Amino acid sequence: MHRFANPARFLKIARPATVWLFVIGLILAVAGVIGGLTFSSPDYLQGETVRIMYVHVPAAWLGMGGWAGIAAASIAQLVWRHPLATVAGRALAPAGATFAAICLLTGSIWGRPTWGTWWEWDGRLTSMLILFFLYLGYIALASAEKERGGEGRIAALFGLVGAVNLPIIHYSVLWWRTLHQGQSIGVEGSSIDPSILWPLPLSTLGFTCLFGAAVLMRMRAELAEAKVEARMRRAAAE
Amino acid sequence: MNHWSFVTAAYSVALLATAGLLAWSYLSMRKAESAAEKLKRPE
Repeated sequence: MHRFANPARFLKIARPATVWLFVIGLILAVAGVIGGLTFSSPDYLQGETVRIMYVHVPAAWLGMGGWAGIAAASIAQLVWRHPLATVAGRALAPAGATFAAICLLTGSIWGRPTWGTWWEWDGRLTSMLILFFLYLGYIALASAEKERGGEGRIAALFGLVGAVNLPIIHYSVLWWRTLHQGQSIGVEGSSIDPSILWPLPLSTLGFTCLFGAAVLMRMRAELAEAKVEARMRRAAAE
Repeated sequence: MNHWSFVTAAYSVALLATAGLLAWSYLSMRKAESAAEKLKRPE
């Protein structure tokens, strides 16, 4: 990991990786969406609304994955003072917040025909909403620290503390059995019929690559902004 | 509303938000990198 501590070395890899992630992500996401909308079977109970799964599940996974990334970046920053960790944390936050919002909105739309309600203060729904608010808090904290010229240590601490919410989201369906269904995809397999399941890995992988492309683009923007700022400061001092 | 109205609404939200995130990330990257490039060039 320390090999990429040099931003120039990181950029050498990030530039082609951004393009590759975007192209592969677009192909897989389009294939997953088309497969999910046209070729997969409707559910015998939920009917056509089961197709919302192909965008809702990847969004949930990326909303949580984004915060796991922020927590990892926070550790790298606080323990090793990795120079790219602050940049990575700041780049992950808007992408994670977007996918957490997509998860909440598509879940609400799916909930109306399935449960008969747009929203319920269920354990899974509430903990996911908390994750979205944590993202907003992190973005505000990180921006304030950046403006003050800080190292981003407060945001990193917030990122670590906020990670407590991740196991709460994961186990919420076991701890509070209210409205949201239990886990249907695990390490040992899935309870979903293969005729419905198959587009899900495609759309999940596709949206994950697009998420990666967005994060790399934000990291490149942050590094370029820092470069401009450093040059301006140097010019002002001369 | 039939089931397809909900499916259409969910996909519209997901695809528009993803496209918006990618467009914003790309434009902010282009803007920042071209500003950095301009400063690098001798005047």
